[in-house]
Amino acid sequence: MTTNTETAAPAGFADLQPLMALMTGDEKHGPAATSTLDALWVLYDRVLRVTPATADAQDRDRFLLSKGHGPMAYYAVLAAKGFIDPAVLPSFGGYDSPLGHHPDRTLIPGVEIASGSLGHGLPLAVGTALGLRAQGLTDPAVWVLLGDAEFDEGSNHEAVAFAGAYGLDRLHAVVIDNSSATHGWQGGIAQRFAAEGWSTATVDGRDHEALHRAFTAEHPGRPHVVVARVEPKNS
Amino acid sequence: MDTMRDRFVDVTSRLLDEDPRLAVVLADITAAAFEPAQQRHPDRVVNVGIREQLLIGAAGGLALSGMRPIAHTFASFLIERPFEQVKLDLVHQGVGAVLVSAAGSYDWPAGGRTHMSPGDVALLDTLPDWTVHVPGHPDEAEQLLRHAYADGDRNVYVRLSAHQNAAPVAVGPGRFATVRTGTRGVVLAVGPMLDAVLAATEGLNVTVLYAATVRPFDAAGLRTALGGRADVVLVEPYLAGTSANEAHAALADRPHRVLALGVPREEHRHYGSIAEHLAAYGLDASSLKERIAAFLR
Repeated sequence: MTTNTETAAPAGFADLQPLMALMTGDEKHGPAATSTLDALWVLYDRVLRVTPATADAQDRDRFLLSKGHGPMAYYAVLAAKGFIDPAVLPSFGGYDSPLGHHPDRTLIPGVEIASGSLGHGLPLAVGTALGLRAQGLTDPAVWVLLGDAEFDEGSNHEAVAFAGAYGLDRLHAVVIDNSSATHGWQGGIAQRFAAEGWSTATVDGRDHEALHRAFTAEHPGRPHVVVARVEPKNS
Repeated sequence: MDTMRDRFVDVTSRLLDEDPRLAVVLADITAAAFEPAQQRHPDRVVNVGIREQLLIGAAGGLALSGMRPIAHTFASFLIERPFEQVKLDLVHQGVGAVLVSAAGSYDWPAGGRTHMSPGDVALLDTLPDWTVHVPGHPDEAEQLLRHAYADGDRNVYVRLSAHQNAAPVAVGPGRFATVRTGTRGVVLAVGPMLDAVLAATEGLNVTVLYAATVRPFDAAGLRTALGGRADVVLVEPYLAGTSANEAHAALADRPHRVLALGVPREEHRHYGSIAEHLAAYGLDASSLKERIAAFLR
C-alpha cells in the first residue's frame, strides 16, 4: 500500500477496501464506516472541488463529515486522494496518530470539522455557507454528510428549517440512510427536508451514477439534500 | 442613561459598517434593535429564529469561513442551553467567537428562574482559554466590546447586565483597577457589584479592586494589592465562588483566606425586582458590609 502515492495511476474505488483494512480497533463502527463509502467516493472523485493543494484555499468546496462515527471510509478516501499518507492508516486510534475514531480537524489536512458528537455538522455547515456568502464567495459549495439516526438530533432540525427558509442554495446535505434510527422516519427523511423548502433526491447509495446525478442536480434558490439509501445496519 | 444592551446594539451596528469581517448572529432576542444594521448588511446580520443550538453552530461555521462572529441572546440560552455547541463548535474546532449575553443572573426577577443564568461564567470555566468581560457600566461595555471584536480569533464572553454602577471606571482589559486603598485586606468587586461594595466598605481600611475582566484573572494585580494580610473577599454578580479557584491559585504560595460572595446556588422562588433579589442574596450594601466586616475583623 505504500506504493499508492508513488505510482502514477490515480487510486480508484477498488483501492478503498484495502486502505480501510489497514485500520483496526473500531469494529463496532464497521457498518457505519462502509455505509458511507460509495457516497464519499463519488463526492471526492467527481464532485468536490478541493484537492490537497487547495485544502486551505478560500474558494474551495467544503466537505463536513458530521457523522464522525466510523471514519475509516473517510480516511481511506482522503488517503486515496492524497490528503493523508496511507502509511499512517495502521496507526488508527493510537496515542500519536492523527486518525482518531472520530476525526479532529486540527490534526488532518483537508478535514473541515472535528466531529463525533452527533448533530453539529449541519449547523456548522449553515454558518460556513453564511460566512462564504457574506464574503462574496458565491461559488464554493458546502457539503455535509450525516446519518439517518443522527438526523434524530434536534439541532439538525433547527438547521434544516432555517436553511430552507433562508434559501441557502450553496448548502448541500447527504444523509446516509441505513435505517439505523431507533424510531425511523415515517414517509422517509427527504419528506422532512422537502417540507422546509429543500430540493431533495433519494437514491440507491451504492449506485455511483445515481449518486452523481443526485449530487449534481440543479437546485436554484434552495439548499439540496441527497438521501442515499443503503442496506439496513443490522441486515 | 442607556443600558449596556443598548450600547451593544449601537457599537456593534457602527462597527459592522467599518469591519467587513464582523457578523452578528441572533436568535430573535434583540433582533428588532438590529434591524437598521441588518438592512445595511443583510448577509452579516442574521437572525436564525428561536434556535440556540444553531445560533452557536452557525457562529462556529462563520468562524471556520474566516469571519469574526458575534452571537447574542440571554445568558440562559447563549451559554447553558447550547453548552455542548460552545464546547465543540467553537473550542474544539479551534475557532473563536464573541458571545454577548444579556439578562445574566437576576436582571429580570419577575421572569423567574428560566431567565436566570448565575452559572454561566462557572460553566465557561470548564473550558480552556476564554476571555470573560463583566462590565459594570455602558461605557465599559463599549470599550470591552470593541476590544473583544478586535481580539484576534479568541473566544470572548461579554456579560451585559441591566444592573450597573453610577459611573464608569477606567478599565484596561485584563487588569484589575484599584479604586480604594487600605491595609486590612482586599475586596474584589466584579462589574456591577462595585457601587454596593464601595458603599459597604466605606470607613473600612481595605483595598477595593475592580474587575471588568475576570478571565484571564489578574493574579499579579491581586498579589500587588495585598498588604501584609492575604485576606481576600470576592464579590461577584454570578454564582458565589466562581473565581475562588483563581484567587487560591494566585495565592497558592502563601497562607491566605478567601471569602467568596455572589449569587447562591439555591433557587429563590420569588419574583420581584433586582434590588429585592440582591438583598435576598446578601449582595446589597448593608449585607455586604456586615459579611465583609465580620470576615476581616
